[in-house]
Amino acid sequence: MSDNKSTDKKGTDVKKDDEEKRVGVFVCECGVNIGGVVNTKAVADYIGTLPGVKVTSVNKFTCSDSGQADIQQKIKEHNLNRVVVAACSPKTHEPTFRACIEQMGLNQYFLEFVNIRDHCSWIHMWEKEKATEKAKDLVRMGVERSKLLEPLQASEVPVTDKALVIGAGVAGMQSALDLADMGFQVYLVEKEPSIGGRMARFDKVFPTNDCSICILGPKMVEVARNKNIKLMSYSEVKAVDGYVGNFNVKIEHKPRYLDVTKCTGCAKCSEVCPVEVPYDFNEGFGTRKAVYVPFPQAVPLRAVLDKENCINCKACAKACQSGAINYDMQPSFTDLNVGVIIGAVGFKTYDPEPRHDFGYGLYDNIITAMEFERLLNAAGPTGGHVVRPSDCKEPIRVGFVNCVGSRDKNTNIYCSGVCCMYTIKNAQLLKEKRPETDHTIMYIDIRTPFRAYEESYNRSRNLGVKFLRGRPVEVKEDPVTRNIKVRVEDTLAGEMRNLEFDLMVLATGIVPNEGIGQIQQLLKLSKAADGLLMEAHPKLKPVDTTIDGVFLAGCASGPKDIPYAVSQGSACAGRATILLKNKKAITEGITAVVDPDVCVGCQVCISMCPFQAIKLDETPYLNTGIKKANVVKALCKGCGTCVAACPTGALEQSHFKNNQVLAQVKNVFKFQEVVA
Amino acid sequence: MSTEAVVAEPVQAGNGWEPNILAFCCNWCSYAGADLAGVSRFQYPSTVKILRVMCSSRVEPAFILKALKDGADGVLIAGCHIGDCHYIDGNKNAEVRINNTKKALAKIGLDKRLRLEWVSASEGLRFSEVIRDFTEEIKKLGQNPVKKPLINADERRLSTSVCPSAANVQGSEVK
Repeated sequence: MSDNKSTDKKGTDVKKDDEEKRVGVFVCECGVNIGGVVNTKAVADYIGTLPGVKVTSVNKFTCSDSGQADIQQKIKEHNLNRVVVAACSPKTHEPTFRACIEQMGLNQYFLEFVNIRDHCSWIHMWEKEKATEKAKDLVRMGVERSKLLEPLQASEVPVTDKALVIGAGVAGMQSALDLADMGFQVYLVEKEPSIGGRMARFDKVFPTNDCSICILGPKMVEVARNKNIKLMSYSEVKAVDGYVGNFNVKIEHKPRYLDVTKCTGCAKCSEVCPVEVPYDFNEGFGTRKAVYVPFPQAVPLRAVLDKENCINCKACAKACQSGAINYDMQPSFTDLNVGVIIGAVGFKTYDPEPRHDFGYGLYDNIITAMEFERLLNAAGPTGGHVVRPSDCKEPIRVGFVNCVGSRDKNTNIYCSGVCCMYTIKNAQLLKEKRPETDHTIMYIDIRTPFRAYEESYNRSRNLGVKFLRGRPVEVKEDPVTRNIKVRVEDTLAGEMRNLEFDLMVLATGIVPNEGIGQIQQLLKLSKAADGLLMEAHPKLKPVDTTIDGVFLAGCASGPKDIPYAVSQGSACAGRATILLKNKKAITEGITAVVDPDVCVGCQVCISMCPFQAIKLDETPYLNTGIKKANVVKALCKGCGTCVAACPTGALEQSHFKNNQVLAQVKNVFKFQEVVA
Repeated sequence: MSTEAVVAEPVQAGNGWEPNILAFCCNWCSYAGADLAGVSRFQYPSTVKILRVMCSSRVEPAFILKALKDGADGVLIAGCHIGDCHYIDGNKNAEVRINNTKKALAKIGLDKRLRLEWVSASEGLRFSEVIRDFTEEIKKLGQNPVKKPLINADERRLSTSVCPSAANVQGSEVK
């Protein structure tokens, strides 16, 4: 141990913390990734001349067992108390080395990670000299910072062993069922009057063409029956507060204008209701009444009164034998405390109406695939007969256009992934029902990547479905026959074709659901440029989010087919169980810290904090008469916004303290005197 | 610019003088974007050194002034795109803070040496382009007139071995 004070060459006092800093620097060659460009030995030699550096070492692969053993051995030999690793990215390897030094009894925050691969050797591949000089600078910055690092403790917070699942489509239901089966209490919130989501509206599902509601129905009933699931249909999340393990959630139950405990779902009320409005479940085909049961397999099987269209004739109240109708119902609220939240907020299909894509909305006989789906359905508006809207005749020539609202710079750049397969399935289904029909699928590429998908594609070709590679360039309606006339380039044959269809179906893509923005804000998630929610890591953490304790399943984080959505539902349940079962969560040690002696209680930080993590103390600090700011550690995410805003310097961000950042700033540039 | 073109073409050294640029990158978007530039081998000038902060809003005006005083010819702050901030709206705070700093720097003619950019984790190519562009701009501006006189490398090394370097920088100094 050295003495507490030393003097620099100007003779000014320099404060030092108690312990002498003994730094070990480990330069990684990463095979040839770094070593092929940067002269690692020269870097190590130079760094060895810096004050405080007790040992330097060059390894072929520092992250390997032998590399880590070298670090541990040198810590022991030289009694190191700070470790600098100059290697790849801390985003991938920081946890590895933190664990490595922690095993040797060092605080894990005594590690400083310097990126000389992604930020140096890989981007200056032809400038070996300059890359070596830059690597020296980067490592020097790291060494100087490492000397100022302070020990931090990751804190533990208790986790309430209850879960909230938002959205009861197939992904959300899977999460809820899995968690419930593991014995956890689950609250399942669905904004629609019935659970089931989009899948409940499909006719049949690819690649096996089984009836969608026949496989989904039993699952829906299971959800309703499960003792551990508290189903909240026709309800929405209104507020979310708190942090991992301890979320406080406010749920609004929208009024159904009837007592669900009395309603039996007999639909007598619908029979007498005189109001008819377009039936949203059937994509606007056919009508429903103002008081209605959402669909025959609805769960819960209860009616709902649509107050917007109700004319207050009270016919339903007279018809209802159980007296369930209540016109004066008000929204009610429930407050929940849960440990984890799973967001399965689903998707909607792209709406081609506003842009009149391929003539949709201009000509009657152009419909979307969802509309086609309902027409195919035996419980649909036409009893399973596909007819064209203009004259209700059954079409013979049917054209399908793929990638509507997908893979298009004007709408969405991404591939929706499912449209090729559902178009193939739709063509198959109609061809099987009415073999005399003629189907042409106009596509950019056919994408059939998963199990049994290619087989389904082959099957439709064997059935006689035609595939034409090209997109319609001109769509017109014949004014007499109302047929659709399409000019399309056959890009494989290299010629223009003029085709005529009785009905044309647009394969509309998957787009973010309405309300995704509200959920994003409530859960504090990040949204990508395409409007979909972001996962924590696209490959290694596909269902986690950057908010601890919040997970995403299904199409909220990008287009998915049903098996993928179900897998994600189960994956979320698995990830959530880690927290729910352990009953505790580890939170990052990097937070803001207030020095109450310096704080003047101006509250600037409170207004800056995006997480409401700073509260003013309830009582004045000591005898100052001033209420000081106080950081709630479990809420603080450690961004440092408040620290930069604090006018008095009372706030510091641990691990990114002013002196730590400034040590780097002052050591960035070579040829530059570093004396303060 | 195609990926191949960027990889195949070595960066041309300028006419002798190379600027010094310090880039504050937020941990979640821009630092990851710089990582992606590396993984994709998008070559860019070695003029820039990256300093990781958790959020672009952590960057205090004092850090920028210190960097400009101590040898930076340019300072870049890079954060998540507006609306994508990992901390909801930290980048908006950064925008206000950096713009105010720019105004102050304008009074001493240094405002062009400070730049704020949004680079997402998926924009490796954009990161390399931002660095190239900023480097070119700083080259046109020439050396930062206010930085301390340069001393040569050997002297510098000597001085660091004598003095206890930056250990004496206290947080209170910059407040």
